[in-house]
Amino acid sequence: MARVTFREDRCKGCGLCIHVCPKQIIRENRERINAHGYFPAEVVEMDKCIGCAFCATICPDCVIKVEK
Amino acid sequence: MAVVFDRPHALVDIPMHYCPGCTHGIAHRLVAEALDELGIEGKTVGISSVGCSYNNYFYFNCDMIQAPHGRAPAVATGVKRSLPENIVFTYQGDGDLAAIGTAEIVHAATRGEKITTVFINNAIYGMTSGQMAPTTLINQVTTTSPYGRKPELHGFPIKVCELLSTLEGAVYVERVSVHDIKNIMNAKKAIKKAFQVQMANKGFSIVEVLSTCPTNWGLSPVEALKWLQDNMVSFYPLGNFRGRDLEV
Amino acid sequence: MGERLLMKGNEVIAEAAIRAGCRHYFGYPITPQTEIAHYMAKKMPKVGGVFLQAESEVAAINMVYGAASAGKRVMTSSSSPGISLKQEGISYASGARLPAVVVNIMRGGPGLGGIQPSQSDYFQATKGGGHGDYHMIVLAPSSVQEMYELTIDAFNLADTYRMLTMILGDGILGQMMEVVNFRDEEPIVQADKSWATTGHGMKREHNIITSIHLDPAVLEQWNRELQEKYRLIAEKEQRYELYRCEDAEIIIVAYGSVARIAKNVIKVAEEEGIKVGLLRPITLWPFPTKAFEQVIDKPRAFLTVEMSSGQMLEDVMLAVNGRKPVYFTGRMGGMIPQVDDIMAKIREIKAN
Repeated sequence: MARVTFREDRCKGCGLCIHVCPKQIIRENRERINAHGYFPAEVVEMDKCIGCAFCATICPDCVIKVEK
Repeated sequence: MAVVFDRPHALVDIPMHYCPGCTHGIAHRLVAEALDELGIEGKTVGISSVGCSYNNYFYFNCDMIQAPHGRAPAVATGVKRSLPENIVFTYQGDGDLAAIGTAEIVHAATRGEKITTVFINNAIYGMTSGQMAPTTLINQVTTTSPYGRKPELHGFPIKVCELLSTLEGAVYVERVSVHDIKNIMNAKKAIKKAFQVQMANKGFSIVEVLSTCPTNWGLSPVEALKWLQDNMVSFYPLGNFRGRDLEV
Repeated sequence: MGERLLMKGNEVIAEAAIRAGCRHYFGYPITPQTEIAHYMAKKMPKVGGVFLQAESEVAAINMVYGAASAGKRVMTSSSSPGISLKQEGISYASGARLPAVVVNIMRGGPGLGGIQPSQSDYFQATKGGGHGDYHMIVLAPSSVQEMYELTIDAFNLADTYRMLTMILGDGILGQMMEVVNFRDEEPIVQADKSWATTGHGMKREHNIITSIHLDPAVLEQWNRELQEKYRLIAEKEQRYELYRCEDAEIIIVAYGSVARIAKNVIKVAEEEGIKVGLLRPITLWPFPTKAFEQVIDKPRAFLTVEMSSGQMLEDVMLAVNGRKPVYFTGRMGGMIPQVDDIMAKIREIKAN
């Protein structure tokens, strides 16, 4: 079991987490803009998360917390 | 469930001003993780330089000093010679370290100053909007080499690790990259080791971190990682140049 | 009574710094001040201090910046061309409010110039040389004894006001040997240094030493605070000597070695029946305007004498403010003003 939490207000929509997720469960949410004007990244299908923390490892803004 | 990954304590919980996808953010976190894991945040003094990271004295939770362009190794020398029990690091870009600061880094290294330098090499000047750096690659287009870097006009790039590895005082010299997860984990190990070299009082340590500048390279963050992998790694080989087997 | 020694000016500065509690010196060789570095190289290890010959004067001032940030009493020394190299660091340290002592043993300029004495760095020392609205307290010794006493004061002033203090000497003072009477103990100001970057020990917020504030409102406020500090110093820290000014017809304004020459001129003038006095600035910044207010009514004229084209001359004119005529005589390039030449000027002024 694993879960990631994204601090949406810190996300700059850079897409690096989307690029590295081995389960490809992260996407850019184009329906929402955060306070800085970016489309934040978010996880769809959290149940597929394996807690590898690749997303958090590559995130330059410490947006992601990973629990396992 | 337990938290297996979170912001390190040594990284202040405030938004950072870097561009989306800029790998400064990754490098900052790796330094902060090293300070946390080694338990040295309380006795660390960091030296900010001039470039995009000029104000990382806001981002690192340890005492910080902002230094003039290129002078961070000299400022670090003044601090370390005053406070030899403290851990002192500089965080410098390619203009700061390899252009204006070449004398300072060479002499701090050759004196074997017990400081640690984190050198961010993204082959361009970010803050001042995209000029050629001493580490800009041949044919790379920048705002001051708009037709591409040409050896006959602009000379050749500098390989900092190779240069410094000729100096006996530079006991740990390593080049890493952050273009994918495996390399980021490797970079983390190298940065931590560089601090451990200082903690063991062995001499000068430097980690050159091949990095991206999506904004001034004119690429998306993901494309920039690929550009780094395809172009920079072959010219700036990764690995250890001095001190591979140092015991810390 | 403390030690009484015959010493060379440059060496006295180094000895005084150590007595003032300075345990960190970063320098680079340049004539005519290298004896300071030599003395420090020998003595610092003996007192558990740090001597480091830097790779350049640029590196040295930045090492000073680092040690000062770490809360230590620290000094660097150089001569004119090397002081030019330090201007960036001087501006940064001033902006970052760091205390330290910078010694300039002036030589002929501009450029590589010569190694003979001069006073042609007055503008550089007092009007900036570095960029931005800043000042250093500038002290001008005129004897080897003063090189000792003013160096002690320099560290105390630097710590009290959190800024750079410069000892502005010249090649004559640096090289000459005179008797120095040392005290047994020095008065050391214990300033609050809780702002220093010494490692927070997980017990406080992290300290930041910086001179950059991109928000102009913040930078203006930062500058306002510096200006208020300078205003306070100008009120409280002016130093000068008034020598035989009470009934002087002509008052010479001179500092450093030239003030010594002026005292000889005063003797010679007296033999000719001309009453000459000396107004000797000891702080060049803050400029001792109070001295001028004290004596403005007395002479018929002021005569500024310098080893330069006339730099302090401008501050003299500002202080006199048109109330009396101000004349000038001087030499450049390392040439030293002669008593005869100054006397010729005095006779000329008297005859007018």
